[in-house]
Amino acid sequence: MEILLALLVGAYFGVSVYLMMSRYIIRILIGVAILGNGVNLLIFTSGRLTREKPPIIPEGSMVPEVITANPLPQALILTAIVISFSFLAFLLVLAFRTYQELGTDNTIEMRVAEPDNEAFPPVSY
Amino acid sequence: MAGSPSHSVDLSQAMIMAPSTPSDWLIISPIIITILAGSLMVMLRARPASHAYIATISMALVVACELLLLQNVLQNGPQSMTMGRWMPPFGISFTVDAMGALLAAISGIVALAVCIYSSLDINQTGRRLGFYPFLMLLMTGVSGSFLTGDIFNLYVWFEVMLISSFGLIILGGEKAQIDGALKYAILNLMATTLFLVATGLLYGVVGTLNMADIALKVRLLPPEAPMATIGALYFVAFAMKAAAFPVNFWLPASYHTPRIVVSAVFAGLLTKVGVYALIRTLVMILPESRDQLSDIMVVVAGATMLVGTLGALAQNDVRRILGYLVIAGIGSMLAGVAIGTGPAIMGSILYAVHSILVMTALYLALGVLIRMSGGKYKLSELGGGYKASSLLSLLFLILVFAVSGLPPFSGFWPKFVLVEAALGEGHTWLTVIILVSGLLTSIAMGRVWAHSFWRGGPIGTEDGRDAAPLTGLVGTVRARAFIPISALTVFVVLMGVMPTPFFGMAQQGSYSLLSPQAYTKAVFGEVIRQKQEHHKKRTEESEGKTMSDKKEEGNHQ
Repeated sequence: MEILLALLVGAYFGVSVYLMMSRYIIRILIGVAILGNGVNLLIFTSGRLTREKPPIIPEGSMVPEVITANPLPQALILTAIVISFSFLAFLLVLAFRTYQELGTDNTIEMRVAEPDNEAFPPVSY
Repeated sequence: MAGSPSHSVDLSQAMIMAPSTPSDWLIISPIIITILAGSLMVMLRARPASHAYIATISMALVVACELLLLQNVLQNGPQSMTMGRWMPPFGISFTVDAMGALLAAISGIVALAVCIYSSLDINQTGRRLGFYPFLMLLMTGVSGSFLTGDIFNLYVWFEVMLISSFGLIILGGEKAQIDGALKYAILNLMATTLFLVATGLLYGVVGTLNMADIALKVRLLPPEAPMATIGALYFVAFAMKAAAFPVNFWLPASYHTPRIVVSAVFAGLLTKVGVYALIRTLVMILPESRDQLSDIMVVVAGATMLVGTLGALAQNDVRRILGYLVIAGIGSMLAGVAIGTGPAIMGSILYAVHSILVMTALYLALGVLIRMSGGKYKLSELGGGYKASSLLSLLFLILVFAVSGLPPFSGFWPKFVLVEAALGEGHTWLTVIILVSGLLTSIAMGRVWAHSFWRGGPIGTEDGRDAAPLTGLVGTVRARAFIPISALTVFVVLMGVMPTPFFGMAQQGSYSLLSPQAYTKAVFGEVIRQKQEHHKKRTEESEGKTMSDKKEEGNHQ
């Protein structure tokens, strides 16, 4: 099962890297979204896969009696989901504003901050 | 007995029983103060006039706490506090050693200077849009990163820092800002995601997130553990945050677009947090991965220094020149990490301190010049700075000397230490590049000073004539501009003429990184003490039991 999930994570990463190498912002953002999901799956996989056994300690004992699901990766993923979701929301708005202001979603044409053919600095005093 | 209310649980097995001391609270006080001040200002968003006062007072408080913390760490070694009384490694620990405390204190001082200066640079609209709350929350992220002892928590602080920096960089919403912010946002988000990937894999291998615990467990791993992969991922992630070549392109694309105070605080702090995280993970936690990556790091460090200084030489926009110098500084810090000996790491820490102070001061000083010349920022259009303010041109010249690594200012000592360490380990080329980058920096910045301050007017006008006289600053504005710049310059001079205390702190920091026994003891000391006590109690109990058993036997007889 780990191998299958590892392959799936690899596929997610491959897809997202392919999309992020595009010059169009919207594809890059889809790549970022997929990357976030791939990372979540990676944390889940590396936190040891078990069947659905909740980590509940039965009455009278101090430790769980069987190997239970690891709750920590789920807490980590929850944090990562919240963060990546809010960042994606921000980036979507920013990308839309960029499209409105600059009239393009092609990163090669976005040269406002770094203009083409900028003059060289003075070379003489 | 099972399930009965009398079933007693021994809490000392899972929780820290000793109450938190005031010195424990000192560790997390910068985070508490900044986050409270930030949320207070968000609530008072209808009254932006009060923001500057709240921000300045709380930053002053943070600086006081951080200086106390630094003193405590220097005297008593690393300090640790674990949240929620859970025993480490299960609770989230905040652990601070000399490097973390030193960088936190310096960044607090810089942020305080920026708070004072920004009352001049940020207008009413900027305040209403939330400049000060974002600045406070940025400082929460920065201080949290320097103080935390948990690697996932470090990731969370990185994200806190990142989201507040997004708010700051687009403040105003000009075209160039949005363009720069988009590139900044996407590439930085990618870097933190790589950091998360590495952390997920590391958790899979060692099963813990506490840095001290990882440092202990990594040294016991079998050789087939994929530590080289994890180390390389951390290196790429933090190199991207720190803007090292070849993942530096977001920095010159974005750092010149926001207000000059925002650029100042970004240039001073954000990339240095990346370097801090790199040192923390690769030097302290994963030293073997650092050894494996050492050759690559030497190349990356050299290339970063050259790209930064050559980029600075080729720019006409003075703000972008400074952006490239930030990159060149990152290269010098990476050189220390690449060499990896005790003195080299000490050089990196010293350079980080110097770079935080000098880059922020340079941006602020340029901000005043741009303000006086009516918003011009091209080197070919600037001139006449000396005539308008000789004090500013003097301060700027000191900072130019410092950033180029010339004595007797702060930049000299870190470079001296790094060159000595590089020669000692036989890195001849790296030594050459460190020295050449210093020379190129002094050419680039000397030109900025000569053209924008010394020359009477912009290029093209006759020298000695005041072609377009600059407008001087008026009384109140003058104080708010010059107090922070002068204060930072005083630190730069002090670090140059009295380097001994800084050397001591950096040395303690590098020692604690290379042999983290004191660091792990600070985290686990309380646990060990409690376990020993528990064990003692148990043996006493069982001894008591056997005694009473014997007595009973005696009675029977």
